[in-house]
Amino acid sequence: MNRDMSTAPLRKWSAAGAIGIVLLAALAVLPFYTRATADPFLLTLASRILIFAIAALSLNLILGYGGLVSFGHALYLGLGVYAAVIPSFHGMDNGWLQLLIAVLACGVTGLVTGAIALRTQGISFIMITLAFAQMFFFLFVSLSQYGGDDGLRLASGSNFSGVLLTEPRTLYFSAFLVLCFSLYGCHRLVHARFGLVVRGAKSNEKRMRALGFPTFRYRLALYVISAILCGVAGLLYGNLTQFGSPSYMSWTTSGELIVMVMLGGMGTLFGPLYGALAMILTEEGLKSITEHWMVIFGPLIVLLITVSRLGIAGLLQARDGDGAGPARGGTRETAWAPPALDNDSQPANNTEAKEPT
Amino acid sequence: MRVPETALSLTLFVIQSLNGLQLGVLLFLMAAGLTLVFGIMNFVNLAHGSMYMMGAFFAASLYQYTGSFLMAALLLAPAMLALGLAVEWVALRKLYQRDHLDQVLATFGLILFFNELARILWGPSPYYMEVPEFLSGAVDLFGIRYPAYRLLIIAAGLLVALGCYVLIHRSRIGMLIRAGATNRSMVGVLGVNIVLLNSLLFGLGAVLAGLAGLLAGPIMSVQAGMGEPILILTMVVIVIGGIGSIRGAFYASLIVGVVDTLGRTLLPALLRSVLERSSADIAGPALASMMIYLLMAVVLAIKPQGLFPVRNA
Repeated sequence: MNRDMSTAPLRKWSAAGAIGIVLLAALAVLPFYTRATADPFLLTLASRILIFAIAALSLNLILGYGGLVSFGHALYLGLGVYAAVIPSFHGMDNGWLQLLIAVLACGVTGLVTGAIALRTQGISFIMITLAFAQMFFFLFVSLSQYGGDDGLRLASGSNFSGVLLTEPRTLYFSAFLVLCFSLYGCHRLVHARFGLVVRGAKSNEKRMRALGFPTFRYRLALYVISAILCGVAGLLYGNLTQFGSPSYMSWTTSGELIVMVMLGGMGTLFGPLYGALAMILTEEGLKSITEHWMVIFGPLIVLLITVSRLGIAGLLQARDGDGAGPARGGTRETAWAPPALDNDSQPANNTEAKEPT
Repeated sequence: MRVPETALSLTLFVIQSLNGLQLGVLLFLMAAGLTLVFGIMNFVNLAHGSMYMMGAFFAASLYQYTGSFLMAALLLAPAMLALGLAVEWVALRKLYQRDHLDQVLATFGLILFFNELARILWGPSPYYMEVPEFLSGAVDLFGIRYPAYRLLIIAAGLLVALGCYVLIHRSRIGMLIRAGATNRSMVGVLGVNIVLLNSLLFGLGAVLAGLAGLLAGPIMSVQAGMGEPILILTMVVIVIGGIGSIRGAFYASLIVGVVDTLGRTLLPALLRSVLERSSADIAGPALASMMIYLLMAVVLAIKPQGLFPVRNA
């Protein structure tokens, strides 16, 4: 059962990781292709995929690694959008300040709502995160001076020391860079001691508490980090759509983010990117077939869950030729339970580490 | 003659309290089914709001077709039972043993499906359902005139609450349901068809949600997506009441209904007397729409299990 993916840095090339890197490389050169073909639609679509990949990655931190099913993560996406839209409405288009506002707003909101929500578990946690997101949704609906239900146009793009974020290629590369940094940060975070504690709490909270870890504090910290990252994605999204609307923090957006994480593969590094890519492309594909695309899309989600719980990255990993192949037969828990906390795998880990010497 | 201001505000208060009670009763019809399915089958059913929406659409169509509100109500029950059982059988039965995340997502998919289906079948614009003629008048309640139809909603809801209590606590089926909640496999081993029991429970939840849809039809517009706002309110209700507890759902429904309605009418006026008019006009509606969520946050901060926690949960 010991796949050793989680303690050591990426030593062996896994299929999921390799495809992820190739995908990133392809995304890096995409703007040059769209410039050649002069296709603005493709670049916008790709920017949307990148931004949602960042948001899904932030959700994956708490959902996939922390085991906290938040059904209100779109709240932070929406807060990020409004962190760009509202200041620019008041004539303040300084991007750095807007970024600071997004980080502070999401951080504080995440801290307060997280501290309450994390007191509960299971179904209650799902409901509470949903209810908090709805609370802010209705708050922004009732703020009529900022457009209320109708939303508000972005008066002028976020200005990062002269660089305007609304310029399509600038936005694309910014989103791409943020995604790359978040992927790296996520990789480091979940393999650090902090990440091990959080993942340990996911597989067995009682044991972690018995070992003396204040799991609540670790989870709250993870929740706040995730909220802030999602807020940054929101700031980018606000510049992409150049519009702020309460619908960005609606529960459907939260649901879509969860679908992306599940579709890509929970608790995997590149899963959110695969998920965002697959989901947005499917959505666009279905939209081109019929106006009532959700009639097909809804049952597709049900089917996806009934048939496979591994997601794209999980299926790639299962295909990865390594003897035990735990992901195929095993449950999700075993597929990425931290080996260091597993009694059986502890000795195996040590011997493996000694082998090269 | 000028009506004294205190009398006017008292009238307003009573009427709004009754409106709150009426919302609470509707919420209870939703919450009863949802909390039973949660508490007993340990299943998160977000598609419960879709059952409410389908109930409202079915009722509107049946009412239009038969021309009789009572007839529509009678025909609605078997239709909702069939819909509930079909959904359970086709999509959800396989997910009982899965974790909550899978259930949330699958039922999320169902919501998207039903909303779009309603849009295809009944069109995107709201559908209006008239208040039945014999209930269109107003009733004189100690000098306060209140619409008869809304009183009917309150009465019907309280009747259903009583029926639920008798069913769960006084009948054989209710005993089996409670036993199933405590130890599912043991009840199965004793020769009770627990799968059938769960299906029936799910069907019952769908019928109650459909009934809520029928009752709400004439006072709210019937349209695709109408199920989600009430679903989220219902979730607040069952979280406050304690998941799985019918009694908790009942009290929490009334609390949420009254707090929400009174908050929306009284809070802006109250703020206006404290703050300046311009800032009160901004803060009032915003605070009012957040009230019940704040209430929930307070309840959870004090009692994370809800007001009436189920002991064996």
